[in-house]
Amino acid sequence: MRNIWTICRKELGSYFVSPIAYLLLTMFALIFGFFFWNILGYFVSQGMEMIMRGETFPMNLNEQIIRPLLSNVSVIGLFFIPMITMRLFAEEKRSGTIELLATSPVRDFEIILGKWFSALILYACLLFFTALNFGFLFLYGRPDWKPLLVGYLGLLLQGGLLLAIGTFISTLTKNQIIAGAATFGFCLLLWVVEWVTGYESATWATVLAYFSVITHFDSFAKGVIDSKDVIFYLSGIFLGLFATARSMESLRWRS
Amino acid sequence: MIAVQELTKRYARTTAVDKISFSVEKGQIVGFLGPNGAGKTTTMRVLTCFLPPSAGTATVAGFDVLEQPREVKRRIGYLPEAPPLYPEMATTEYLRFVGKLKGLSGAELNRRVDYVCERCFITDVKQKLLGKLSKGYRQRVGLAQAIIHNPEVLILDEPTAGLDPKQINETRDLIRSLAGDHTIILSTHILPEVEQTCEQVIIINKGKLVATDSVRNLQARTRGVESVQVEVTARDGALNVETVQHRLEQVHGVAQVVCKDPKDHRLVFEVQSQKGQLVRGDLARAVVESGWDLNELRAAGMSLEEIFLELTGSDAPPKTAEPASEAQA
Repeated sequence: MRNIWTICRKELGSYFVSPIAYLLLTMFALIFGFFFWNILGYFVSQGMEMIMRGETFPMNLNEQIIRPLLSNVSVIGLFFIPMITMRLFAEEKRSGTIELLATSPVRDFEIILGKWFSALILYACLLFFTALNFGFLFLYGRPDWKPLLVGYLGLLLQGGLLLAIGTFISTLTKNQIIAGAATFGFCLLLWVVEWVTGYESATWATVLAYFSVITHFDSFAKGVIDSKDVIFYLSGIFLGLFATARSMESLRWRS
Repeated sequence: MIAVQELTKRYARTTAVDKISFSVEKGQIVGFLGPNGAGKTTTMRVLTCFLPPSAGTATVAGFDVLEQPREVKRRIGYLPEAPPLYPEMATTEYLRFVGKLKGLSGAELNRRVDYVCERCFITDVKQKLLGKLSKGYRQRVGLAQAIIHNPEVLILDEPTAGLDPKQINETRDLIRSLAGDHTIILSTHILPEVEQTCEQVIIINKGKLVATDSVRNLQARTRGVESVQVEVTARDGALNVETVQHRLEQVHGVAQVVCKDPKDHRLVFEVQSQKGQLVRGDLARAVVESGWDLNELRAAGMSLEEIFLELTGSDAPPKTAEPASEAQA
């Protein structure tokens, strides 16, 4: 446990000493800020229209702003996750520091968990910026906060899964660019794979669509914790980290 | 302290280490000598539990590298060929990180960090980023991280590679000063380094063990003959080469005298003793008693370089052998 924290601290240090973390945070804040501003503008203009037409259809911040925005975050996150995970192992392999870790009296899973946690913490920092924007909604309106919390739980779970995949891919190569590109491709595929259900209704299509990380997020965005989705994410995280451990072990046998 | 039995390591296509057996006693400095690609790094990586052996066993402090790797890792300090430094970390931050990984904490960690900084002469770069350090300092920080947890065994892969002569001397002194507390294995392809630093030498070539013995024995074993260089000058006037040579040949135990550098006032001879005879004392007496001046008297023992070539049976100088396979290993 102590070792996990030691490694996690060191990784966080690397993120925040170098410009990586600040670059990611800035980009994310800008992009999300634009989404937020956009959707808020649309919401306000819609409200004005209704008043002009004399309608009194109830408008809902949760349904009309928070839920679509959370879905947006989950997609934006998809683009940022490769940039978070690509260096985790690739860098250590390239510079040879992996030898230090591998010859220290720490277990492989402690190294992996430490690195994965640090990535998750950085991802959580990105999400924190969305909380700042949502804060304005609470300042000027009265949205329900519980669905928002559930949404964040979903985002963390989904992020954890994609980060675990990224961590695994990072152990496969010495080259950060390759690790990043492969992770991005894989994450994108996991997102769009549900499209097959649009024209195909066979069992294989349903099974394939089940692997789409985004569809499992829908219920969280609605504010519903569905055990099926939680289990999907948790088992995905476990699988990703397990594959990482196998891959680290095989490094020793192959290299 | 270290016992290696029939150790073999095969990669996909090549056999890097082939049935090597040796053992190292506690407190010794052992030089691991061989040309590039001989299997030095591979052997060290097996000993540090970085690579598993394909066959054979290796134990460190009584623990098997395959069965109890964590116990082995606890007792080993390892400096890979390239010091494993994180460029974005400062020296003390890095040493604290490594110390924690090795199981140190609290006051002891602080104490050890200060201690190794002093021991390795890196106190003046404590707050600097590792990425900004010069090669010599990087090497020393690498050594510092290897000894941070006061390991019983130190494994150093080419600790002086890439340093300038002054840094090489400093690093050698540092390693020698560590010898009392630690058992040290260091690899090198530079022969004088072994002569200067190590008590024992293990020579491998192309993955096979060529010789293992103490440096002194090895020098004696290959010849058992003392070779002495004598420089004689005259007090006044010129010297007759033949007279001096004749006089030296009469000294008890001398087998052969060759004049190497005859000049008017200075004659240099190389004297070979008979097997098992010490002749230096008698040579000095003979020269002085004949009324000549003895300028220099030096044991010109056989260098490891010659021993190495003799043992590996190759005519090519050892440094040029297949440098490509080292990168793979």
